[in-house]
Amino acid sequence: MNSKRKARLSQAVVYVKLKEGLLDPQGLTIKKALEKLGYQNVKEVRSGKFFEIVFDSDGTQPSTKFLNEISDKLLANPVIEKFEIEVLK
Amino acid sequence: MKFGVVIFPGSNCDYDAYKVVEDVLKEKVEFLWHKETSLDNYDCIILPGGFSYGDYLRTGAVARFSPIMKSVVKFAKRGGLVWGICNGFQILLEAGLLPGSMLMNSHLRFVNKNVYIKVERNDLPYTTACQVGQILKIPVAHKDGNYYIPQNELLDLERNNQVIFRYCDENGNLTQASNPNGSLANVAGICNKEGNVLGLMPHPERASEKILGSEDGINLFLSLVHYSNGAAD
Repeated sequence: MNSKRKARLSQAVVYVKLKEGLLDPQGLTIKKALEKLGYQNVKEVRSGKFFEIVFDSDGTQPSTKFLNEISDKLLANPVIEKFEIEVLK
Repeated sequence: MKFGVVIFPGSNCDYDAYKVVEDVLKEKVEFLWHKETSLDNYDCIILPGGFSYGDYLRTGAVARFSPIMKSVVKFAKRGGLVWGICNGFQILLEAGLLPGSMLMNSHLRFVNKNVYIKVERNDLPYTTACQVGQILKIPVAHKDGNYYIPQNELLDLERNNQVIFRYCDENGNLTQASNPNGSLANVAGICNKEGNVLGLMPHPERASEKILGSEDGINLFLSLVHYSNGAAD
């Protein structure tokens, strides 16, 4: 139907956060700030970061193995952090 | 003795280290751009302080993949002296040459001040000119110096006597108040099991001349020269 359609981009998001049990002073500070603003019902805030990754591919989705590899090798430090992967359709 | 000081994009204590070796120590020293790969003919490689790659992602996380790091790892595995100062320490942790990791300082602020550290061992190439229990006054300047290692690995680290420097007060007491960043067990510097790789957060190169307020840092440089001369005999 549309021969000029571009090759589909595939996308993934990697979420990185501190392991449980590790003190997260940023999260604590944000929680305290929320309390100061009057939001008393917040039990815990854990901070983290995420990476949106766009693949220049033929439309095939990036493999979980590949995403695990780059997360383990670079995006997260396994000593202190854990990661979650989400492949976007 | 010949030192090599690695320059990563964003290193900013490279000249400090270079100048201490050249002017105070009067030993040979050369800069090594991070894209170089040959480390032949060097006795000690210094990974200096700074903000390599802007500290993006995590401190040291990108620098550890610089071309020179493959050679640094090989050099270390062969027993070569590899010394990471501040950001250099963070790079060694990311590269897996030293165990553990850095977290952001527990108070979340950049800390820049003189601290006291206690020497735990003087049988390392880096500490032969020190006394065990000696207290050194050396500045720190970092935001991510909160040393962390899982509890079971901390036990191994202590059992193997790999903690070489601890934050202390002026009298050598290991107090919470004297710990500038929240590091576990007041850890300021550690070595690998073999003792040829050392990382520490304080900056000895900024405390190696009287005019800078402390000369205590020169002890580490002198130790390396003593060690090297001894090894050559």
